[in-house]
Amino acid sequence: MFDFLDSGQYDLLGAFWVTVQLTLYSAVGSLIWGTLLAGMRVSPVPLMRAFGTAYVNLVRNTPLTLVLVACSLGLGLTLGITLGGQDFKAMGFRLAVLGLVAYTGTFVCESLRSGINTVPVGQAEAARALGLSFFQVLTLIVLPQAFRSVVAPLANVLIALTKNTTVASAISVAEASALMKTMLENETSALFAVFAVFAFGFIVLTLPTGLILGWVSKRVAVKR
Amino acid sequence: MSATSVLYDTPGVRAKRRNIIYTIVFLVVLALAAWWVLAVMAEKQQLASEKWSPFVTDAKVWTTYLLPGLGETLRAAALAIVIALPLGALLGIGRLSDHAWIRVPVGAVVEFFRAIPVLLMMVFAAQLYTQYTDVSSDLRPLYAVVTGLVLYNASVMAEIVRAGILSLPRGQTDAAKAIGMRKGQTMSYVLLPQAVTAMLPALVSQLVVIVKDTALGGAILGFSELLSQGRTITANYGANTIATFAVIALIYIALNFLLTTLAGWLEQRLRQGKKSTGAVLTADDVQQASAPGRTPDGGGA
Amino acid sequence: MKLHKASAAAAAALVLSLTATACGGDSSDDAGGDSGGGKITIGIKFDQPGLGLKKPDGTYAGFDVDVATYVAKELGYDAKDIVWKESPSAERENLISNGDVKFVVASYSINDERKQKVDFAGPYFLAHQDLLVRSDDSAITKAEDLNSKKLCSVTGSTSAQNVKEELAPKADLQEFGGYSECLTGLENKAVDALTTDDSILAGYASQQEHQGKFKLAGLKLSDENYGIGLKKGDTDLQTKINAALKKMESDGSWQKAVTANFGPSGYKNEPAPAITEGS
Repeated sequence: MFDFLDSGQYDLLGAFWVTVQLTLYSAVGSLIWGTLLAGMRVSPVPLMRAFGTAYVNLVRNTPLTLVLVACSLGLGLTLGITLGGQDFKAMGFRLAVLGLVAYTGTFVCESLRSGINTVPVGQAEAARALGLSFFQVLTLIVLPQAFRSVVAPLANVLIALTKNTTVASAISVAEASALMKTMLENETSALFAVFAVFAFGFIVLTLPTGLILGWVSKRVAVKR
Repeated sequence: MSATSVLYDTPGVRAKRRNIIYTIVFLVVLALAAWWVLAVMAEKQQLASEKWSPFVTDAKVWTTYLLPGLGETLRAAALAIVIALPLGALLGIGRLSDHAWIRVPVGAVVEFFRAIPVLLMMVFAAQLYTQYTDVSSDLRPLYAVVTGLVLYNASVMAEIVRAGILSLPRGQTDAAKAIGMRKGQTMSYVLLPQAVTAMLPALVSQLVVIVKDTALGGAILGFSELLSQGRTITANYGANTIATFAVIALIYIALNFLLTTLAGWLEQRLRQGKKSTGAVLTADDVQQASAPGRTPDGGGA
Repeated sequence: MKLHKASAAAAAALVLSLTATACGGDSSDDAGGDSGGGKITIGIKFDQPGLGLKKPDGTYAGFDVDVATYVAKELGYDAKDIVWKESPSAERENLISNGDVKFVVASYSINDERKQKVDFAGPYFLAHQDLLVRSDDSAITKAEDLNSKKLCSVTGSTSAQNVKEELAPKADLQEFGGYSECLTGLENKAVDALTTDDSILAGYASQQEHQGKFKLAGLKLSDENYGIGLKKGDTDLQTKINAALKKMESDGSWQKAVTANFGPSGYKNEPAPAITEGS
């Protein structure tokens, strides 16, 4: 039943490796971008607040498929941004990461913002009383506590990101779901087996993430 | 705490001046970026009026392609939520069951479908229908998309329902027990009706995720929803891909913004409502309430 | 509580609109398959200018459409009795074997693999795999030139496979969901060539918006005999369609359709091929 695995015709591990790479790069990128966005949304400069709000509302309400197509077609083929990719394959991968960062960053931002709201008012007030500037209040006092309280929601964002990497197949990135589609079309007799293999692959990627980060979130949570 | 006011002091003279400088610098950066994008697009003829004008001057673009596409998107989304809701309610109640032989398998099913990308399920369903059923090719993409959405969203709804029931004050169950209701009665007469109202905002938010996910069917399965209409439009109007995708994106944004606003409005109504228990559940609450690794996803696609 | 009523009403409205749209969508199904009610369902492409294109006013145009209309007329159906059905490349065999369409005229190359599943009438057109380049670009004169070029095609197309595996393995190939994305890339100089059948390319090149911008390289990288796909074993229909195609060629309608659809691109089409399928 699973003999298609031995044929050597399909690079299953290679495809999942692309999925893992997409996830890791995008996770780091969206954590940074999401934090920046959250910083903008709570900053004293009205224009930055407006930009942050507008960006989050626009990107969060756009289908990821469209965000990725915009990256590939708009940034790549029109504006000529290749991100240093030498050929279309490298370029497609990098643009996919960029698109996933742009999209996932909004969810990181919103999680962080609700995390900021859990920090007691007194903390920020005390910091201000000491004469700390907005930037210092945010980076030294509020964000460290906010991060500790949003590990669980961020874990969910990470899991969603892992699953969302499949959408990159819409711009021809050869990740797991693209391979599954090819295999389903070629191995018509092994429909369920192929699906089971790929489902298993994603469960292996997402379940431990949830369990480990769930444990971490309990460890680091600020006890109040 | 309301973050904006507590994180910094009321600006004084120097702070005001600094804020103005920041504003100007930020504005210049934004303007430069916008100018560069527009300049490159203009140089490559992407701003040429014939690429954009059809969307304003030619009503047929809307009546022949965009609106029917939007209709298909809404149809798939509506079917998905109508089927997923009762299924999700059953699964959600199942997970709260006192009997382990119900609770454990239901939990496993919910976890399984939440761990797998919805795109995988759609692709699998499409192939399944092609091989084992004689669903006509018109409807097959719709069925595949709805199947994928239902499988995934039913398990998300299950979590919403579960969180909704758990969000109700404990006194509700106690009071129901005190007047001699059985478990089933407590659930169907006391807990579920209140939970359903409490979770309305979270449900509407989930609709946004569903609407966005239908676009996957267009890109990968050839389902003729809004995004896939771009293919025919660009074939007719001289490959105006950038313009077409921009217009389509605006439609999605407007639709989802409406839904998000509706969710916010519902939430506010419920919080102000006096007759209910005051329990309200938003998408964020569901995220917080259910254990990590098993909550509605922040993203969908 | 007011909200109960409101939400109940909303739910009712939702269900109502749902059933309404569902009905609206299904009504076209009645016309499927056999000639029930004097209608005939024909599969074509909806997104290929020059071959089969759904136009903004809801009508259909292109060479495949003209051939299909002519054949239908010979089979005794007026143009208004034709129900057009979108037939994406991957769906064509399914549509035919399920009886969703009577026949398919959708840039459908005759090959042995497909003949396992369906029968063909025709061929009615001979196309070749070719390249579309910018009109001021004459750097590509043979297939090997592609090795250092950026090439675009649609996901999973046989033309893309052909280049990757045989013609120019080192070509930098980008695949998109549709040809329009490739054209945008070509226009923006982000890709150097778009490859698929020359008939499809000619259709794009002769569109009003593209005239003077693109040209065909004229490379004839393969032979594609377009046939009309029909249900396996339906020799009666096959004979009738073949007769119709012969008549279309002899009375000049074939040439007229070619000129009307591909003319402006300066596409040098092959003469009408001899009928080879069936008896």
